[in-house]
Amino acid sequence: MTNILPLNLKDVMVKRRGKRLIGPVSTKLGNTGITMILGPNGSGKTTLLKVMHGVERVSAGQVQWAVPDHEAQHHQSYVFQSPIMLRRSVIDNLRYPLQLHGTPKAEQEARVSEWARKIGLEDHLSVQATRLSGGEKQRLALGRALIRRPEVLFLDEPCANLDGASTRDIETLLLEAHAAGTRIVMTTHNIGQAKRLATDAIFLLHGEIWESGPSARFFDAPETPELQAFFRGDIIA
Amino acid sequence: MSDIVEGLTAAFWLVISLDPELLEISLRSLQVTLTSLVIASAIALPFGTFLAIRRFRYRRLTISVLNALMGLPPVVVGLIVYILLSRSGPFGVLGLLFTPTAMVIAQVIIITPLIASITHQAMRELWAEYHDLLISLNTSQWQRIKTLIWDGRRNLLTASLAGFGRGIGEVGAIMIVGGNIDNATRVLTTAIALETGKGDFALALALGFVLIALAISVNIAIHSLSRTEREGRW
Ligand SMILES: Nc1ncnc2c1ncn2[C@@H]1O[C@H](COP(=O)(O)OP(=O)(O)O)[C@@H](O)[C@H]1O
Ligand SMILES: [Mg+2]
Repeated sequence: MTNILPLNLKDVMVKRRGKRLIGPVSTKLGNTGITMILGPNGSGKTTLLKVMHGVERVSAGQVQWAVPDHEAQHHQSYVFQSPIMLRRSVIDNLRYPLQLHGTPKAEQEARVSEWARKIGLEDHLSVQATRLSGGEKQRLALGRALIRRPEVLFLDEPCANLDGASTRDIETLLLEAHAAGTRIVMTTHNIGQAKRLATDAIFLLHGEIWESGPSARFFDAPETPELQAFFRGDIIA
Repeated sequence: MSDIVEGLTAAFWLVISLDPELLEISLRSLQVTLTSLVIASAIALPFGTFLAIRRFRYRRLTISVLNALMGLPPVVVGLIVYILLSRSGPFGVLGLLFTPTAMVIAQVIIITPLIASITHQAMRELWAEYHDLLISLNTSQWQRIKTLIWDGRRNLLTASLAGFGRGIGEVGAIMIVGGNIDNATRVLTTAIALETGKGDFALALALGFVLIALAISVNIAIHSLSRTEREGRW
């Protein structure tokens, strides 16, 4: 297996219609871990995640994987904030990335049933995906992302609209994926979730990396008053 | 009033007895319209989908032209095709005027913009929904088109049905380019116009019933065909 990490961001800037959305941002994603991107609404979390994934055009700076971009693209998956369901059955949604890749039929079937079981939808295989509940949709989106066996998995607020039980299901799947060697980068504004999962974290404010570090220091001894205020639950202007 | 009752009765018997003339005219209508529909769909469905997902320089202009073409009066289309196919026209040597082929040409021109426009509309919505996912999954242009056509097939069917409806009921253009020749280019709509003019309401009404029945049954047939595979959808 090729290793596409580390990912280096150098002075990345995203501007749209003259407005700066993020930047300048410089950071490095190492080979392992779960990186949490935290920050208030509108701080640029989604934009940063999309830049890393390579689907947001950057106005300045560089985004560099250890391998050429076109090769790196095949080893990443992205789960969108509101899950995008293909208008197909659950099983066809799961199968879709494998079909794109031209995986042999027999292997497709094996992997699809394995993942249907892992995400707890094995009894819903023929249900139209658009009819699933919010939690089920998010699990399906996660399964469809992981079935590609990505080296890096990006998730944008995967538990934003979910209840406790559904959130726990997602977190369990993420920890399993991490244990199996998947590098995870996700945004959240749920501080409890960030603490439970993170090995390291980035605090975004006004489109800039305000503070970042390994989770022990980040959560227990935040340095900037803004991050301290964020943890206290204050509203940050 | 008695005219109509008489007509209805006669029409009923013509249909029941499978009158050979009625049958021939009906089959020709179906043949011309279905041929046009197949050709028009083969052009319009991929083209409408392409318009929905590809950004190119004259895209907006193309869409405006398409919408304008949709409003073309069929009679004018008929006139233009007539001029092109007439003996002194550029395609005169082909000798196509007053043949079913000329009628198919006119029909294709009339229904292609309609099907393409409905397709474009539906596919644009689907593409907006799928865009981020398909980009993220690193799909090729061709994989995107295939995915959209497959998942939007119900919409495409609807677009084609609209084309069929417009084609089967069309009279102006095919009257001009077909000439309503007995045993050659007479179809349901032109026959109705002719028989009504002659005052033969029985035949006209019978033809009218068949026309309506055809339109409805093709719709039902296509819908039930597509239903079998999408049980439990939505
Ligand atoms: N395509 C765009 N054009 C203009 N502004 C945008 C666009 N996308 C996002 N923004 C703006 O950029 C800022 C950051 O957005 P986002 O990355 O979604 O933040 P977050 O995910 O942290 O809530 C917001 O103010 C948002 O309104
Ligand atoms: Mg966001």
